[in-house]
This record gives sequence, structure tokens and C-alpha cells, in this order.
Amino acid sequence: MAHRIPEDLRYSRTHEWARQEGPTAVVGISDYAQAQLGDVVYVELPEVGEEYRQGDSIGVVESVKATSDIYAPLSGKVVGINQALMDDPSIVNRDPYGEGWMVRLELADPAEWETLLDAAAYARLVEEGGH
Amino acid sequence: MAYTPHTEAQRREMLQTIGAESVAELFADVPATCRFPELKLPAPLSEVEILRELRELASWNASAEEFTCLLGAGAYHHYIPSVVQTIVGRSEFYTAYTPYQPEISQGTLQAIFEYQSMICALTGMEVANASHYDGGTAVAEAIIMAANVARGRRRRILLSPDLHPEYRQVARTYLRGSGLELLGDERPENDLDALEKMLDGDTCCLVVQTPTFLGEVLSPERLRRLAEAVHAVGAMLIVAVDPISLGLFVPPGEYGADIVVGEGQALGNPLNFGGPYLGFFACRRDDVRKMAGRLVGQTVDAGGRRGFVLTLSTREQHIRREKATSNICTNQSLNALAAAVYLAALGKQGLWRIAEICYHRAHYAAQKIGRLRGFEVRSTRPFFKEFVVSCPLPVDELNDRLLEEGFIGGFDLSQTHPHLERCTLLCVTEMVPVPEIDRLVRVLREVTR
Repeated sequence: MAHRIPEDLRYSRTHEWARQEGPTAVVGISDYAQAQLGDVVYVELPEVGEEYRQGDSIGVVESVKATSDIYAPLSGKVVGINQALMDDPSIVNRDPYGEGWMVRLELADPAEWETLLDAAAYARLVEEGGH
Repeated sequence: MAYTPHTEAQRREMLQTIGAESVAELFADVPATCRFPELKLPAPLSEVEILRELRELASWNASAEEFTCLLGAGAYHHYIPSVVQTIVGRSEFYTAYTPYQPEISQGTLQAIFEYQSMICALTGMEVANASHYDGGTAVAEAIIMAANVARGRRRRILLSPDLHPEYRQVARTYLRGSGLELLGDERPENDLDALEKMLDGDTCCLVVQTPTFLGEVLSPERLRRLAEAVHAVGAMLIVAVDPISLGLFVPPGEYGADIVVGEGQALGNPLNFGGPYLGFFACRRDDVRKMAGRLVGQTVDAGGRRGFVLTLSTREQHIRREKATSNICTNQSLNALAAAVYLAALGKQGLWRIAEICYHRAHYAAQKIGRLRGFEVRSTRPFFKEFVVSCPLPVDELNDRLLEEGFIGGFDLSQTHPHLERCTLLCVTEMVPVPEIDRLVRVLREVTR
């Protein structure tokens, strides 16, 4: 099954996506990631105000078969979290790039955008088996 | 068929790979005289003879069955109804392990579920796991859980000096290298007021015990205020309890404890020279994903019938690897089963009655001993079944005298509490009949004469 990989997003090798919105980035997990996990039953998110470096664990996503860390694709301060996921974690499965967003970061170093994969590069990563 | 897994050819290949000539060469550093020491064993005995010899050796032990046991300090001699051993010994149950593909063993899972439910009822908490190794490891796991709830952002762990000294040691062993700082117990006079003053924004949790190691029952009102102070700085209150005491005293869930742990041996498990025991562990529902250990849940099958499953397994190490809530997911199933059968056999009234007998007999003993010249009861606050007595002679000497009279003496506090020199921690359970308490008082009077 082909996974959706929107052109306008950037991706990490650990399957998070990031969308640039001014000085902030909205972060979630990719369609491929949610499909691999299966039914998401719980999402743990950071607290607003916490600061993370690129690659830090910022949360946890739990499905019926696995629990995985969510890693910060970019360095920055948490300025928003998606509270709706607390009540209905399955949004991550239904709409990973939209309603299923997880965290909004105020970026510490916009140059880090260049370290992320574009859609084409991420598509190759997924094709190769995701690693 | 040979049962040796390696063929001669494979052995040669392995030796070649590591560049050794022979297996014997690998042992070159062990002095030849130590390699095959001559064992000076007596000639073999028949089954009848060896049984007689073992019985003779066993008779050197001062068994709590034949002696009157005044020793507690974390492991307690309580009566175990016959039904406990009968059920635990059934072949359907008699294994220490939760089976692989556990849902095939509905009876095992139901028993664990009932154990968890009774621990919740007893502690006043919402969720309990299927148990840990013992009271000490349960305390350590509770601290790790609190650190995980704080997501590694709080480093200070406050320990009451009245927490069992072995639990404090186990916690320090478990947490070596974790970066967490364990403090609060360095001064024996650090009471709840002093500990409360030590709370700050970097405090992850405070661990207290009631009844304390020295037997004193902390007031639920005081603990409620303590819980509020702990929560005010965003930390968690961990309370270690004697489960039998909960037959009589307010459960920690009612005064705001976040995690309740303890040694579960007193619930239907014999003293057994110190193990195997079980550590019980209960917390609030909101924190369940941070709780370590195995957890059995109740559900319904496709036909709507009640069934039991292992739940929230994704926290455990077989799935979550190094990020698991704990790297020990073993539970003490058989001991937990004994605890469940014990609690079910006693029921609410029975447990209350046992706790009440312990309380009254301990206070009766303390009152009588306190009147003896040279002895002083040092426990002033209300206590449960244990109390501190200062003695006119060193406790090890006193205990030798008591042993001659058929008593297993109290815990010599000079071992763990240097400021309590010549103090013994006496324990009186329902297994010490009143005439035995009177005889103890007579023996103590003799000792000082």
C-alpha cells in the first residue's frame, strides 16, 4: 500500500514530519509511521514551555502492538500541543498530517530545516523499508 | 542421542577461531591444585539414612513453629490458613511463571486479577500490578516510576530514615548510576516536618513508611498534610505499608498517596528464611502507563463473556526493550496467589480481627515489659505490632538467654540504628498467645536479677 507523503512537508529519518509556519514548526508522525504502528491507543506529549534539541525524545506513541518514542525533528521550545489526541488518539491514524498533529515548536535554529528530508528523499527511505 | 550440544569438530573449529590448542589451555590461569580439588565427602548414604541426617541438621534451627517468635522487622510470623497451601499447591497453579501466550491460562490470569483487585481495595488505590520480588524492590520500582512520571526532570529522591533500612539499601543499589540523588535518611531525627522542609521543585518523590520500621503508626491527618505539601511542589508521595495493618488503619489512598508499596509476605506466605516473598505495588489510574510490572485486565471475548488478558504490555521489556518501565518484568505469581487466597479466606472482618489482635497483644506486652526494672519502652506514639524496648544488657546477650527459654528474640537495633544501642524491636502477632507474653515478662525479670 502506498503511503501519503505530502510534498510541502519535511521529514526525519525517524518518521516525524514538520511543516514550517513562520518561526514555528508543526510536528507529527508520517502516514507510514502510523500504518506501521497500527491502532494508536495513547499519545504522550511534552509540556508547553519545555525545550528540546533535534533528536530528543519529546513524547511517546502507543499502539496495540508497540510503543515508540517521538523525536524532535528540529530544535526548539514547545509552544503548543494537540490536546485533542489525549481524548481520541486514533486521530493519528485517521489524519496524521492534519488533525493528528502533535506538537508546535518555536525553532531555535531554522538552519536545521536543511538537515531534514524532502518528500522525494523520504519516499525513497520508506521504499527501502523505512530505515 | 548425545545431549552434548557441540561436536568434536565444532569444538576444534571454535578453538581454532580463538587461537587456542585445547579447552584445558583456557583454564591455564587457574592453579592446577584448584582445578579438581579433592572433595572429602563421606560414603554415600541410603535415602532413609540421609533423611535422618537432614532432619537432625534441620532440628538445629529455631523454627517459628516451635519457638515463640518475637522477631519481625519486615518479615512476619502470621497464621496461614490451611486453605492457602491447598490451593497454591494445586497443579493448575503450581508454577512460578505466567505462561507464554498467557491468555490460554484464564485461571492463572483470573487469580492475578483478583490479587490486584484485593491489593487495590486494601491500599485504597485504583490500579495494582501483579507484584514485584519483595518490599524493597517494590520501593525501588516506585522511585523509578516517579522519576519517569517527572520525565527525568527531577533528580531528588527523599527517603524517610524510618523506611526499612534494607529497602533504602535496595533503592540505592537499583538507582546507582541513574543520576538521581537519594537523601533525607542521613539523620535519624529527620521526621516528617524535617522531610517536608526539604521538598523543592527538583524533588521527584518522598518515600515514607507506616507503620515505620520502628513500628510507629503515622497519623493519617499528618500524612494528608504531607501529601498536600508533596503535591504542591509537583512531586509524588510513595507510602510503604504493612498490609496487615490496613485491616485496622486508614489506607494510604485515602490520604493522598500516589504510589503504595510494601512487603506482601505477611499475607499467607511463610517466613521461609527470607524468601521468596512478594512486593505489592499500587498507583493511581492516571499513572498506569508509567507503572512497571505485569498487569492483568478484565475484558469480554467476541461472545461477550468475561475474560482476562495481560494488558498494557507495550510498557514491558519484551516490546519496549531498553525503554521499558522496568527491566524486571518477573512477578511473584505463586506468592501473589497465596496472598490472594489468604485475603479471600480472611475477608474484611477476618483481616480486621487479625490486625486488632496484633495491636492489642503488642500493647499488652509493651505495657508489661515497660514496668520491668531496666527495661523501657521507647515507642511513644501509637504503634501497631512492633515497638522499641531499651534493655539493661546488649540485645545479642538478651536474645541468647531468650532462645534458651524458647523465644526467638527481637531485632537488635544496634545493627542498623547505632543511636539505639541496647534497643530491641519486639514484634507481637496473633501467633504469640497471651500466656506466652506473661512467660516472656517473667523471663525478662529473671534476666535482670
